[in-house]
Amino acid sequence: MSNLSKPIPPAGDQDALEVEIRGKTFRGADGDAVRAIDEIAFSVAPGSFATLIGPSGCGKTTTLRIILGLDREFDGRLKLPAGGGRIAAVFQEPRLLPWRTVEENVRLALSDEDTGRDLDDLFAVLGLAEMRSRYPGELSLGLARRAALARAFAIRPSLLVLDEPFVSLDEQTASRLRTLLTDVWSARPTTALMVTHNLREAVQLSDRIIFLTERPARMRGVYDITTPRADRDARWREATLPALAKRYSGVL
Amino acid sequence: MAPDHRADATDTALLQRPAALGRPVFGPRLVTALSLAGLLALWWIAAIVADSRVLPAPPAVAEAFWRDAATGELFFHLAMTLMRVIAAFVLAMAIGSVIGIVLGMNREANRFFDPWLILFLNIPALVVIVLAYIWFGLNEAAAIGAIAVNKIPNVVVTMREGARTLDRDLEEMASVYRFSAGRTLRHVVLPQLQPYFAAASRTGISLIWKIALVVELLGRSNGVGFQINLYFQLFDVAAILAYTLAFVAVMLTIEFLLVQPFEAHSTRWRPRRAGS
Repeated sequence: MSNLSKPIPPAGDQDALEVEIRGKTFRGADGDAVRAIDEIAFSVAPGSFATLIGPSGCGKTTTLRIILGLDREFDGRLKLPAGGGRIAAVFQEPRLLPWRTVEENVRLALSDEDTGRDLDDLFAVLGLAEMRSRYPGELSLGLARRAALARAFAIRPSLLVLDEPFVSLDEQTASRLRTLLTDVWSARPTTALMVTHNLREAVQLSDRIIFLTERPARMRGVYDITTPRADRDARWREATLPALAKRYSGVL
Repeated sequence: MAPDHRADATDTALLQRPAALGRPVFGPRLVTALSLAGLLALWWIAAIVADSRVLPAPPAVAEAFWRDAATGELFFHLAMTLMRVIAAFVLAMAIGSVIGIVLGMNREANRFFDPWLILFLNIPALVVIVLAYIWFGLNEAAAIGAIAVNKIPNVVVTMREGARTLDRDLEEMASVYRFSAGRTLRHVVLPQLQPYFAAASRTGISLIWKIALVVELLGRSNGVGFQINLYFQLFDVAAILAYTLAFVAVMLTIEFLLVQPFEAHSTRWRPRRAGS
């Protein structure tokens, strides 16, 4: 909590993210109980990037909300990296405060002793240098998502959680944003967990892909990628995707 | 009122518009001036036609105004009323906002206190004033308190509505990013309540000054309400109108010099709608 101004410890010193949910039930609008998650358990190694993938409505977002502490009613246990250090979230909607500028939005997330910190590099890397004094209402969705990424990385989190951060963007913008995320994340490595239903995206970004079944979610399998991100070119992707799609039918 | 100053920009917009379409013959300010002049003319004509003590013409009212302005009496009474209006306004907005936000965010509390609210909404202003004077004496605190109590239920209703529409997504964002309670209130909650606060103050300030006059009439020895009662007994309609118009002018000045600039400042982040 208070170690934000210190450099991020090397990956080996951190704990892994361990998630074990043995049941999560919602009360639906009609009062009936809906079982969202049956049983899922996975871990994310310190400083690595993992992706949760599964059909729409299978409980991926619910899993993220449990990890973020926004939903505390579930059976199971949770172990967060670095003994409960700060968690950053990039939500599906950018969730910026419309009445604060981009820079104010980012700075408000910083802890008190950090508010004056130099953020020039971060804004520059994300291509937001010119946008710092704009209000979110003046930004396109792609730029607003970048501002949300800036806020997430600004707090130097020990865990970064992303909920479909590229959804409803055109392919060109989405792909540029994916590259940006890879760049920022590589320069500021932190344990990251992303939810998506896009296998290409998962394959491009992740060290580990966790496949979930339809609701109520169960584990379908875990796939680790050891190929360095730099070597994941189009040819590699074309070879990997069909193999994965064959093993986990219906994910592509 | 709001889009007035932007009409010029629309006129010079790059879009080629048919000249006859939507282009006003007169500027908006001129329309306002003409409208007020028309009302004045109507009053003047009616006064000449009626030729009666109970409907004085504008010059008679102006004369009454100068008479009391020259002695300083008018400004003293205006100031007393303004002081009561401001004190009651601040009190009512503060108490009403807190109660309204709490009720809007807490369903159980709202269910319990809602009948109280309906009761207070329906108590006539006059009853509150009379009871305040009986219970707390003919003093300033009772007067200001009575005005505030009349206004508080309206503020509660408006602010409760605002608190109900608070954005859950932003609240979650604030909790994930560990905003302190103060930071959440200042940067997340209050900006969302701003339009409701503006609405409550708008209706509040006009209601409050009307009630303030009754309070003064019933139990104070100064203020516009007291003077109007005095001139009512003297049957001096010109002076009654002079005091009324003077105080309306004061309230309009507050609206233009304080309320509107404040509102423009607090909504500066809103994207301007194109072409309006």
